[in-house]
Amino acid sequence: MKTIQFREAICEAMSEEMRMDESIYLIGEEVAEYNGAYKASKGMLDEFGEKRVIDAPIAELGFGGIAVGSTMTGNRPIVEYMTFNFALVGIDQIINNAAKIRQMSGGQFPCPIVFRGPTASAGQLGATHSQAFENWFANTPGLKVVVPSNPYDAKGLLKAAIRDNDPVIFMESEQMYGDKGEVPEGEYIIPLGVADIKRKGTDVTVVSFGKIIKEAYKAAEILEKEGISIEIIDLRTVRPMDTKAIIESVKKTNRLVILEEAWPFGSVATEIAYRVQEQAFDYLDAPIQRINTADTPAAYSPVLMEEWLPNAQDVIEAVKATLYVK
Amino acid sequence: MKEITKETYINWYKDMLFWRKFEDKLAAVYIQQKVRGFLHLYNGQEAILAGCLHVMELGGKDKMITAYRNHVQPIGMGVDPKRVMAELYGKSTGTSHGMGGSMHIFSKEHGFYGGHGIVGGQIPLGAGMAFGDKYHNTGGVTICCFGDGAARQGSLHETFNMAMLWKLPVVFIVENNGYAMGTSVERTANHQDIWKLGLGYEMPCGPVDAMNPIKVAEAMDEAMERARRGDGPTFLEMKTYRYRGHSMSDAQHYRTKEEVEEYKKIDPITQVLDIIKEEKYLTDEEIKQIDKDVKNKVAECEKFAEESPYPDKQQLYDMVYEQENYPFVKHK
Repeated sequence: MKTIQFREAICEAMSEEMRMDESIYLIGEEVAEYNGAYKASKGMLDEFGEKRVIDAPIAELGFGGIAVGSTMTGNRPIVEYMTFNFALVGIDQIINNAAKIRQMSGGQFPCPIVFRGPTASAGQLGATHSQAFENWFANTPGLKVVVPSNPYDAKGLLKAAIRDNDPVIFMESEQMYGDKGEVPEGEYIIPLGVADIKRKGTDVTVVSFGKIIKEAYKAAEILEKEGISIEIIDLRTVRPMDTKAIIESVKKTNRLVILEEAWPFGSVATEIAYRVQEQAFDYLDAPIQRINTADTPAAYSPVLMEEWLPNAQDVIEAVKATLYVK
Repeated sequence: MKEITKETYINWYKDMLFWRKFEDKLAAVYIQQKVRGFLHLYNGQEAILAGCLHVMELGGKDKMITAYRNHVQPIGMGVDPKRVMAELYGKSTGTSHGMGGSMHIFSKEHGFYGGHGIVGGQIPLGAGMAFGDKYHNTGGVTICCFGDGAARQGSLHETFNMAMLWKLPVVFIVENNGYAMGTSVERTANHQDIWKLGLGYEMPCGPVDAMNPIKVAEAMDEAMERARRGDGPTFLEMKTYRYRGHSMSDAQHYRTKEEVEEYKKIDPITQVLDIIKEEKYLTDEEIKQIDKDVKNKVAECEKFAEESPYPDKQQLYDMVYEQENYPFVKHK
């Protein structure tokens, strides 16, 4: 094993796959000469050259669409958005073309493409730079949505995403790029659509994904001291969702808390809650609790941001609510 | 350019007449509610396709992508028209097995890459196809078509910029038929010459009399050669006209009957037929025979579409993902 940063895990995954498949290229703002806005493509221009590591102008609609079009003539592009907030000006190409073209063409045009970049909040960036759209993309048939939470998962999942023959939305975080973690020296792949139990527990199931899961880890440590054992499930892939892993855990703990860094209305948490009541209603000993961001745009002031964002204390309170303890 | 011969004129006449009658048949079966959804017909714009086909390398090397007025382009490129008709009927024998419908005809084998329903959404795709061809050094050129309405989308400007920056082998065609649905070109921009949008990107550009397939072929030949040489894109404004409404629900209050009649005087099919008659390429008998053959061929398409089966319901889940056994969420 070796210890690397999250950004290095991303870089290794892309580079390893590009060495094996000539049809893969990376395109995005600042990915080449600048080495990536968050240095996730550091050194890649030197290794692969400007044909395969391409600086795009600030035109997410245009370069996203060009990348989708190139899948029709044999490429397997990786599109980097500086953040998924910026993907909104190009979302037509993701929703109307990438996600649809295989079905609309009767299977003639598969769309092997990865759209990747940071999601959710990253400090006091204000309303337009703090949004999480996992549920928007996960709502769209034709797409797959992957949200890793550590370097090991990021590398294995990104390699799987690049090899996948369907369009994959791969969501990272500005605040995770510096996170360190162990990864194997050799090659490994983590299959899409399979959740991971990050912490075994017996009393309450906590389902989460992405960087906010770290708040659940903190909560788990504190709760353990109080004699409460939580099981933390990392979805890893939001669509398709590993419902089975959630249900199995809930059948064991009989209590569920969902932690998601996104707005509550029609969220991933909402979907999980629906599935659990449908498939494990008789196993539940308490109403399902969900923790989301506030139902408002993010605000700049540190006090307001703290109010907006879920934290470990919120998790502790939600867990205790499912146990009817204070 | 490949010489325009007697055979060219005869084939242009046969093809354009067939496309016209094919669209007329669709209008008829649409009224009978056998074809549903939206229906956008190509009547009047045939010279653009005829001229393009004259300079394309068919069989998959050169490619075409367009918007939702897209029934006859694949036919011109070699797709069996029966399969296009069947797609509009929603039948399993259709080009997309009934998954696409009127606005989404595709045939990769023949180099026809759709058939796109979002105005301007296919413009970056066309440049992307050319990007792939350049990347893999295939020598193929993409013809990327869109209407005058799409010329007002931001996607055009972003794509023009990158296509020029990267010298992609693509020819952009705006089929200016005068109206973006019901809004005339004059009412959508401060300028009238859409081709001049190329100037801002230093893209070779110009207007073309697109009621005449010879003029289209000449302009396209130069543009295709430029792309093949590696000198990048061209933007051509095809000045054309559509006789029918934007779609079948269009009452056409935005124009006069006289205007439509004026354009019919320079109808592309009539123009070609006039040359055929003048040069005595065909006798009156032979012309009548062509008309009869076209009618029969259209009838065969209708019969095929009528008699074809609908897809199995399971097909709904078979073509969304390449992944087999994708776990779709239960919906009822």
